[in-house]
Amino acid sequence: MARAPVVPLVVVWLSLIFALCLQVMPLADGWQVFRPEWIGLMLIYWCMQAPDRVGVFHGFVFGLLMDLIEGTALGQHALIFSILTFLAALVYPRFRAYSLVQQSVLVLVLLGLAQLIEQWLRTLTGVFSIHLSFLIPSLVSAFLWPWLSTMFKAIERRMANA
Amino acid sequence: MTASANPLYRLVAALVLSVIVIVLDQRTPWAEPVRHVLAYLTAPIHYVAYLPVDSGQWLTEQAQSRSSLMEENQRLQRQSLILEQKVQRLAVLEAENVRLRELLNSSADLDANVLVAEIIGVDPDPNRQELVINKGTGSDVFRGQAVLDAQGLIGQVVDAGPLSSRVLLLTDASHAMSVQVNRNGVRAVLAGNGQTGLRLLYVPDTADIREGDLLTTSGLAGRFPPGYPVARVTEVYHDPGQPFARVVAEPSAQLQRSRHFLLLFPPPREELDASIWDESMDISADALHAAQRLGQPASPAMQEER
Repeated sequence: MARAPVVPLVVVWLSLIFALCLQVMPLADGWQVFRPEWIGLMLIYWCMQAPDRVGVFHGFVFGLLMDLIEGTALGQHALIFSILTFLAALVYPRFRAYSLVQQSVLVLVLLGLAQLIEQWLRTLTGVFSIHLSFLIPSLVSAFLWPWLSTMFKAIERRMANA
Repeated sequence: MTASANPLYRLVAALVLSVIVIVLDQRTPWAEPVRHVLAYLTAPIHYVAYLPVDSGQWLTEQAQSRSSLMEENQRLQRQSLILEQKVQRLAVLEAENVRLRELLNSSADLDANVLVAEIIGVDPDPNRQELVINKGTGSDVFRGQAVLDAQGLIGQVVDAGPLSSRVLLLTDASHAMSVQVNRNGVRAVLAGNGQTGLRLLYVPDTADIREGDLLTTSGLAGRFPPGYPVARVTEVYHDPGQPFARVVAEPSAQLQRSRHFLLLFPPPREELDASIWDESMDISADALHAAQRLGQPASPAMQEER
């Protein structure tokens, strides 16, 4: 099996931090519900691209950072992203064999699960009302997946060639 | 590959760890200092994330035409003239107020100090209404501090980091505060509805609250200083089937549009008279202060609208 060129971990971290910035970028009112799960997408991407180096640990650390940035209960996102990265590692073998559209559907399922757990944790740790719009970000993210993964693969290839 | 066995152990470890962290954070005060230190790490991310908005604003400012700038300048000059004229009268009124208060032997209202802060981020979560501002404990910001804009109360500081702090807006679903009607001093509890509006809770059908009434901070509970405008009543609805009237209000402050805020530092507490204060009484100093304040005939803000 031809292994993809090894990406330095620094690049992984930088891209994840960039995703964190996108996650808190101010959006106009009413558009916030449509914000894609940038950090979730990025974590899934790296779990698929470098499964032996990016896993639960990265999910946990970046989840903690996310908690600090969003001001949610410390550990809440850490728990969610740990589960997300674990699930990603679990489906990794079949994920690689899938076409881009099938991958999108799988991303939808993964991020949808993560959002659902987030809703549960939120009702546990604070006053909150549940409504179905919490699924919109995962739909948008799944829609973005093919473009994002193709773009990142192209960038990686260019970096490897240079 | 051993990767199939490894992640499960790691997941269990991560889950246990995060549950411990959540419990520590929610149920004990120990996580507060940790959060404080880690905030140094995350403050730059807020700055970077707000950069596009900032630079966009800078560009529009740079690209403004000379005529529109001159127009704005004239408008501001007119406005400052009007405000100065009002301040002239205010100085006289304030002096008179202090004299009258001295006659009545009650405590004087001191001017509060303010600190100007700028927004550097909004909460990305559509279900919570929080702002991040660029002042933290380094500028003596503290938890529970009142935050205003030019038109009225915005909210309060809920989390003060070293370089930035989080402000909970009035309209958040978890925010409630004590207010009074400026016209007649009726007190009520004002709660956010989680969107852009506010509502008054537990208002009896007979209470004298009308559309257009200005609600000001009552100063009860000692969290917000008294006399600052909070909201205006937009709708009063009496449903015969409900025990309480439904009163909807709209914040006076520009919650969604303001970029600069004032953080209010309360004036230092004056000592209570020894004759009033008795150690045997099981009442907090805050409650006594509030009671004293209510005992005063009328606060200056109340007469404003007459």
